[in-house]
Amino acid sequence: MSVFLAKRLLTLIATLVGASVVVFLVLEILPGNAAQILLGPDAAPDAVAALARKLGLDQPAWTRYWHWIAGLLTGHLGDSYAYGSPVLDLILERLQLTVPLALLAMLFTTVLALAVGVTAAARHNGLADVGLMGVAQVGVAIPNFWFAILLILVFSVKLQWFSAGGFDGWDAGLLPGLKALLLPALALAAVQAAILARITRSAVLEVMREDFVRTARAKGVTQRAVLWTHVLRNALIPVVTVMGMQFSELLAGTIVVENVFYLPGLGRLIFQAISNRDLAVVRNCVMLLAAMVVIVNFIVDVLYAVIDPRIKAGDV
Amino acid sequence: MSASLPLAPAAPAAPGFWRRALRHRSFVLGGVLTLLLVFAAALSYVWTPWPINDMDMAAKLQGPSSAHWLGTDAFGRDVASLLLVGARASILVGVIAVGIGLVVGTALGLLASARRGWVEEAIMRLSDFSLAFPAILSAIMLTAAFGPGIVNAIVAIGIYNIPTFARITRASANAIWSREYVAAARACGKGPLAITLQHVLPNISAVLVVQSTIRFAIAILAEAALSYLGLGTQPPQPSWGRMLSEAQTLMFQQPLLAVWPGMAIALAVLGLNLLGDGLRDLLDPRLARAR
Repeated sequence: MSVFLAKRLLTLIATLVGASVVVFLVLEILPGNAAQILLGPDAAPDAVAALARKLGLDQPAWTRYWHWIAGLLTGHLGDSYAYGSPVLDLILERLQLTVPLALLAMLFTTVLALAVGVTAAARHNGLADVGLMGVAQVGVAIPNFWFAILLILVFSVKLQWFSAGGFDGWDAGLLPGLKALLLPALALAAVQAAILARITRSAVLEVMREDFVRTARAKGVTQRAVLWTHVLRNALIPVVTVMGMQFSELLAGTIVVENVFYLPGLGRLIFQAISNRDLAVVRNCVMLLAAMVVIVNFIVDVLYAVIDPRIKAGDV
Repeated sequence: MSASLPLAPAAPAAPGFWRRALRHRSFVLGGVLTLLLVFAAALSYVWTPWPINDMDMAAKLQGPSSAHWLGTDAFGRDVASLLLVGARASILVGVIAVGIGLVVGTALGLLASARRGWVEEAIMRLSDFSLAFPAILSAIMLTAAFGPGIVNAIVAIGIYNIPTFARITRASANAIWSREYVAAARACGKGPLAITLQHVLPNISAVLVVQSTIRFAIAILAEAALSYLGLGTQPPQPSWGRMLSEAQTLMFQQPLLAVWPGMAIALAVLGLNLLGDGLRDLLDPRLARAR
């Protein structure tokens, strides 16, 4: 176990370092002179040179990369060009929205997918199965931002139950905050739930053919209990794998959905930073999102080895 | 084997492929929807109900009518015509982005499988690594560096496709390499390149066809999302994603504008997904059972 963990941890660190190099190359080296980009093509050469000195662009790339990494490790991410405030403060503030949003969406995804998947599997080839899987097939095809717009159309424009977007912060209270995140989380969750429901259904069907299920039924355990305890627990491994992958989809999805609902989260911060040419913000936000994806995948891998000790043998 | 399919002797088809295919519900429905998508794009080159740049401010934001089947947008342009032309962007991005992933990813996967050892390890680690950057994140980086545009969107989605194809190719190719007929070919003195081209590639083509169809659907979704954010197809070229972002600001005046482009995207993606599912059932019965 410890060898597996050490190996996996080394891979994690190597991946994070690699990701930081890619982010640095694409955002620092490829565009050329960041000062020129910030000031626009018509800026006076003196002004460009002065800003380049101020941003430290006159130093060699290696020094700048090292400076950035050292800053990442100590929490000194520099100042945002557009907002004038420290990038770290901006990111921390926005994470208070994005993290609850992603978690809420993951919760909806899991609950919906397990309920639909197990129900469909229990009525294999029945009317409920065919109907639910038909809905899931359509759900997979719907773009999350369009579903978000439809939710706004129905619940904000027609029924006027929710505001069409915006977020007043958690200071306004827990319930109003959750209410503002409800539609965005649903929009994010719907598509992922459709994918996960299909995986859950086939995993449950697979396990239901196993001998121990028949044994449990023969011992007098009710069909319901067999399904929700014996079968579901054993079907969870493929489901957890997909959930790990889906979390990165959800994070990427927040970028789009936050923009649909005008939510001041990390996704909207990145998006605005691009239009403001605020490269310091873009660089650190992209790095943060990539790191979150990599770390979640790492956790899923380790969880696996805990759930099923056979996996680490096959992994190496 | 190829007697029933004289036009495509290299296709990985079992005897009676079309006879079985035409009875497969997902395949037929998916095929019809996909053909409709291609037909819409092709038709837009020769005919649209109205010229797409025909602005008529007097007739803006109309609902569906006999003159404008799906109504008009904020500039009085015909929505049905815009949708037809918008199909082009989806197909363009899908074909090129899947092409990039298919060519590069399959080559890497075949190489990994043929050489094994550190080459395989390096390629697989590299493809694990690129999964850290979802398509939208790569697109954001490229846009921040080079400015918005359809080329960046295509490259970002294409790069995201590479590791998927590399992994699937390697896994399927490894299974082929352990078959007896490959051992026989080696005993006859064939080299790794000849075996890869003559035995491995033809035998994994079914898997690649199915995967390409599904990735095509995902590429359409990604292009729509990027164009919605303003990072993909640029004006004046119409695209479904951008039509939705314009419609969102007009939801109180003309809510239907936010419905049509989304339906077009969903139908295109649904069609390709169904086609992919159908092809998987028809071309690879083993995969079908695992599902």
